[in-house]
Parts: sequence; C-alpha cells; structure tokens
Amino acid sequence: MDAVKRYFRSPAAVVGLLLLLVVIAMAITASWIYPRDPLALAGRPLIWPFSNPRFLLGTDNSGRDIAAQIFYGARISLLIGGVATVIAVVIGVLIGAFAGYYGGWVDTVLMRITEAFQTLPNFVLLLVLVAVFGSTLTTVTIAVGIVSWPAPARLTRAEFMSLRSREFVQAGRTLGMKDIQLILGEILPNALPPVIVYASVVMAVSILLESALAFLRLSDPNVASWGNLIGLGRDVLRVQWYVSAIPGIAILLTVLAVSLVGQGLNDALNPRLKSR
Amino acid sequence: MSAADNTILTIDGLSVKLPKGADRSHALNGVSLAINANEIVCVVGESGSGKSVMANAIMRLLPGEVAIDGGRVLFEGKDLASASNTEMRKVRGAGIAMIFQEPMTALNPLRSIGDQIGEMFEIHTELSKTEIKARVLALLADVRIPDPAQAARAYPHELSGGQRQRAMIAMALALDPRLLIADEPTTALDVTTQAQILKLIKELQTRRNTAVLFITHDFGVVAEIADRVVVMQHGNVVEQGAVKDVLTDPQHPYTQQLIAAVPPLTAPPPRALSEDIILDLADVSKTYRNGGFLGRGVRVTHAVKSVSLQLPRGATLGIVGESGSGKSTLARCIIRLIDPDGGSIVLEGKDWAKLTRDEVRHETKHIQMVFQDPFASLNPRRKAGDLVAQGPIVHGTPRAEAVANAKELFRLVGLDPSAIDRFPHEFSGGQRQRIGLARALALKPAVLVADEAVSALDVSVQAQVLTMLHELRERLGLSIVFITHDLRVAAQICDLVAVMKDGEVVEHGLAGEVFGNPQHAYTQALLASIPGGDFARSRKPVTV
Repeated sequence: MDAVKRYFRSPAAVVGLLLLLVVIAMAITASWIYPRDPLALAGRPLIWPFSNPRFLLGTDNSGRDIAAQIFYGARISLLIGGVATVIAVVIGVLIGAFAGYYGGWVDTVLMRITEAFQTLPNFVLLLVLVAVFGSTLTTVTIAVGIVSWPAPARLTRAEFMSLRSREFVQAGRTLGMKDIQLILGEILPNALPPVIVYASVVMAVSILLESALAFLRLSDPNVASWGNLIGLGRDVLRVQWYVSAIPGIAILLTVLAVSLVGQGLNDALNPRLKSR
Repeated sequence: MSAADNTILTIDGLSVKLPKGADRSHALNGVSLAINANEIVCVVGESGSGKSVMANAIMRLLPGEVAIDGGRVLFEGKDLASASNTEMRKVRGAGIAMIFQEPMTALNPLRSIGDQIGEMFEIHTELSKTEIKARVLALLADVRIPDPAQAARAYPHELSGGQRQRAMIAMALALDPRLLIADEPTTALDVTTQAQILKLIKELQTRRNTAVLFITHDFGVVAEIADRVVVMQHGNVVEQGAVKDVLTDPQHPYTQQLIAAVPPLTAPPPRALSEDIILDLADVSKTYRNGGFLGRGVRVTHAVKSVSLQLPRGATLGIVGESGSGKSTLARCIIRLIDPDGGSIVLEGKDWAKLTRDEVRHETKHIQMVFQDPFASLNPRRKAGDLVAQGPIVHGTPRAEAVANAKELFRLVGLDPSAIDRFPHEFSGGQRQRIGLARALALKPAVLVADEAVSALDVSVQAQVLTMLHELRERLGLSIVFITHDLRVAAQICDLVAVMKDGEVVEHGLAGEVFGNPQHAYTQALLASIPGGDFARSRKPVTV
C-alpha cells in the first residue's frame, strides 16, 4: 500500500515505531525475564544502578527491583494508554458523528455537553472521578478515557460537517440509504484518518495522566506502574534521584514513540499536507 | 506582422518537466509560438494539455518540482527562462500581467479592492498616495465597473463574480503591461457575464495595444475573441494559425476532432413525444430563510417560485439558467434531497412532495440522479463495483447478484467490466461520470435527473457522454430531466427546454422553438451571449 510505503520513508516515524516495539516487547516478556512479583522485596534498598549485576537498574527505597518494575510498568502504561484511547475515541467519534451529521438542535445539545467537559481542566476532573470511584486499575483507565473524549469529538464533528454535504453522500441518500448507513458506511471511513492520527495524542496524554495520578499516589498502588515508581522516588529525590529518573525516562521515550508514530501516520494518511 | 520589433513574446522550444511518477515525463515538449503586439492569441486544449503550465512557465510561477528544462522565453530581449528571481519580479505585473480563472481565490479577502489595485503602484512606482487613488478609480472606470468609488472601498465578497473579474483585469492592466496572460478568465462565470468580460478584454486590448495570451478550453470563446489560435495536446502544439483558417479548415486530426465535438446551437429535428406524462410538477416552491434573530432581519430567498413543468414519458426536459436561477434547487426538490415548501411533484401517480422521508427511501429507485462533479460524487474509499452495486443492495438485492449486475452495467455505460475492483481515483473524469451514471441506472429508474452531468468534462468527453445518454434513453426508455447552464449542450439532447431565472420559469417549450424563436427577453439575451454564437449556429446538428 502507498500509505505504508510513505510511512517508512520518514526516519522519525521509523524510530518511533522501533521505540514503541521495544516497549511492547518489554511488556510481553516481563513475566519471562522477571518471573517473580515485581512488587516483592528483592534485595537491599536503594542500590545504585549498574553497581550490582543482579539489579541492573538498582532497587528502590523498599528494596524492589527497578528493572522488573519498568518491565511490568510497560504493561500498565500500554494497557491504560490503549484502553483509555479506545474509550475516548469511541465516545468522541459517536458524539462528533451525530452532532456533525444532524446539526441543528442535536448538534447544539451535544456540543454544549462537550464544552462542559472541555471547560473543566482534564486533570481536576480525573481527580474527582478517582476520588469518587476509587483508584483501582479499571476505574483509573475508564476515568482517563472519560476525560479525554471531547477533542476527538470536536475533530470528528468538523470532518462530518464538511463531508455531509458532499455529492457522494447525497448520492448515497438518493440511492435510499438510511442515516446510519450514510454515517457509518459513507462518511465515517472518510472522516477517520485525522481521528486515528489524533488518537496517538490521546494515547500519549493518557499515559501522562496516569503517571501524574500515580505521582500523587492516587493511582492503583497494587500494580507496578511507572507513575507509582516516580511517586515512590519522590521521598529520596535529592540523593537517590535515579528512582524517579529511570521511570521518568521510560515515560518520556514511550510518549515520544507514540507521538512520532502519530506524526508518521499523519504524513502517511494525508500525503498532500506533507508536500507543502 | 513579421517585423521582429512587433513581436512581444517568443517562446522557442520550451520544455517543462514533471516530477517522477506523473503520467508523462514532460508537461510541455518543445513548444514554440510568438505573440505580436495588438493581437489576441488563444491557446486551446483539453485538461492536461499543458496550456496552464505554459502560462505559469512564462511567468516562472511553476510549483516546486515542475521545472523548465529546455528552450527560451524571449520577452523584450530577455530570456525569462533563465532570468533571476529579481529580474522576474520586475517583469511580473509591470511587463506581463496575469488574470486567473477564479477571481474570488485570486483576490485577498481581507483587503479592499482599491487597496489591492493600489498595491501594484506601491510596489512598482513612486507615485504618491493621492495619485495612486486617482489612478485606481480611473482603472476601475476603465473596466466599466458601475460606481468605481464604491467598488474601490468594497471587499471581494461584496462584488459579484463578474465585477470581481473586472477588478482583477483592472489590477492586471494597472501598469500598462505589454502582455496580458488570461488563464480561463471566464470559465467560472455565467454566460451573460462571460460575454461582457470577453467584450471588455477585446475592447481594452484594442485601445491599449496590449498583446493577449488567452487560455481556454472553449472553441466558442476562441471564435469570439481570437486573432490567432494555438491548439495544444499532451504538451505539444499540434496546430496554429489564423482563427478563420483553423476553425473552418482544421488540418490536424486532433483539431478536427475538437471542433467536431463543439456542440452546435441548432436543435436536432424534434422527436415524437408521448402523450403520457411521467413526471408532473405543479407550483413547486422552495424558500430559504437565513440570518435574523427572533424574526428580525430575516433574509428570504425564493429559490424556486411556483414552477410547473411536465415531462412526457421517454422525453428529455432541459432546465437551463445561470447560477442562482434555482435550477439545481429544483432538481434536488424533485428527488427530495431538499423538501419543497409547496406544490406537487407527481411521479407515476404518487405525489413526491408529500411522501415522508421513509417513503422517499423506498420509492427512490424510480427516480435517480447523476451529479455534476465526477470527483466529488464518488466515495473515494469504495471500489467502483461496490459503488454501482450499493443501491440494489440497499433495496434488498443479494450481494452476489448486485455485483454481477454491476458488471453488466459497466458494459452498458462503456466501461471495462473487469474494472469493478478499482478505486474511483484510478479512473479519468469521463469514466467516473460513467460510473455515476451506472450507479443511477442500477436501480432501473424511470426518471433520471442529471444535474450539470457533463459540465465538468472536456468537450470531446462531453460529446461521448451525451451520445451515450442518447443511446441509453432509447434503449432503456428513460425519461430525463437535464439541468445545465450550457445552452449548447441543452440544444443537443433536450426535446423540451425550460429557461429559469430567479427561481421562475420564464419560457418553456420544444427545444427547437425556444432556441430558434425565443420569446422572452432573457432567453434572447442568453442566446445572444453564447460565445462564438455565429460559429455554433453555422454548424449542423450532429445526428446521434
């Protein structure tokens, strides 16, 4: 396919994809490489990285293996990033599609709801949701998804508004198609590319939101996540800074990878914009 | 004419290469031509012939990867093909000026017309502010804009299309250029406005002794305005000569083919029309209200004002008119893409104007539409076969059967049935329009509404599609409502013609009578405005 060829022509996009594959590989191989519970005590607390071959990245303040937590943390980050993105995009596309296709009062109602969500700062809303519903992995993931849907909704709405009056949509209507067939079969496939590209931004933000929650110790404490590790490292930040820095770098690289892939997808799916 | 000092621009063996992966290696292959002072040279060709590339190459306005790779462009003793950007800036506007097809996009929407014309003087001259202002007003008066002072203050969206094009011409002529390049300057305009602009260009050219390089796809325009003609095909000049010689005695087969494809203005002999009325419109109206708050300041537009027309079974009813005449709104009312406010649309005994949305969906197989834009009317993410099979599938035909029928329809509209697996972008404009037609025919409609169905096509392709419509009408017993702004096309295919203006039908009747002996002043004006009308009338109707 042309789009695939165009994607691999950009070195940044390829680097992003490789980084992302490394993170995915870490998530998959975590339980083979570190068969023990990553949250179990493994050795002396606060061993510096590269000083003990048993703990390549050292240990944290409770004596848990940082490398193991990084590997397992990749699972949590990808899980939260992926699932929250799917939730946000599905809600966003549905609301945006209906608002953009029908216009009128449907649009007014749906857009006022979207604006209500947008005027609240994401993170504050997230804190409220977690405070009310508790901080298990499931609620955190759903909460992150729920605070992230307005932007995809607006994007989808804009695409639908410009596509709904196109002649091919009118042609579909003259063939006797139902609204739902027009929305899902005719307009949505043409509206999706920018939304897919934007999904990478949602994913990056989701990972960051979870880390921020964990940093405030409001994420699920029973899973090994990068954010939890950063939060833990806060107490020893001045001397044993590596406890926070190592998961910080992991988050940085993952978010960078997702963003580069998103940019690459953008250039591959919208080739005309690139040749400016 | 042969005196060297009389020649303004000489193009000598000009070649322009295209980026890799384009459909051919060169946009222009060794093009040579000369333009003399006080002469209008028309460059004609179909889309993709390289005529616009040539205009942009002269001005050195080619996009990034398209570049001149051979030949010379001599203007006032200088070779523009190798001139530096600084030298070119002095030539553009002052020595050679250009006007474009779409004046709305060529003008800056945020600045007033007077400002934009005045800018020409600010850049190229040392005139004072008051002098510039006076010159701008003089120019606007020169291009016959009513009330130049007001036009100078106006923003582009406040002027009509014709006035915008006049403003563009004023801007182009501001510095008395020796050569004016006009790239399809009247294509986006209505026929009456087009006639005025053509007259204006001719008049200004005579008065100022400017040389004009006029690019067009329309032989009618050529007949109207040109002194000499250059015919281009695939980046080559295939024929050039005085307008009379080329039009009456074309030498090259391509020129002959192009001229043969120009629709004549005389209608073919009338056919016997059926007594049976298949589609009966009575008092159809559509009014738009926009703007306004709580009932104040509402703008009411009567898009269609109580139109009553009848379409006999098997006949073709042409609805002609300029933009804004309501003809497209009427077409969309008939197939209920738009809900009419009043009146009745009786199709085989059922009043469409009163059907509910659900009923329209079920009844829609009886009446189908072919759209104007072959690029926008096909979903780019569906395969051609899918597009054609879609309608029957929606109405309950099993998929396999619908696809088999799609192949049959492809053959019917003159496409290769094996092409059903290709996507729309792999087809040419004319082929896409055939797909659109196959899609409409897939539901076996009794009435076909064609909304400017051939307007976006090149003349030769247009002729092919029209011929095909003729054949299909006979073979399938179709009744057609044919919407067009082009009277020449209407004359060719329609049995009956209705002329619309401001939402009303001002005249209707048999095509031969309406075109041969127009009664209403507006119809007469329309017919008189057709470019190269005498040329078109002189030609015999093609028997298709």
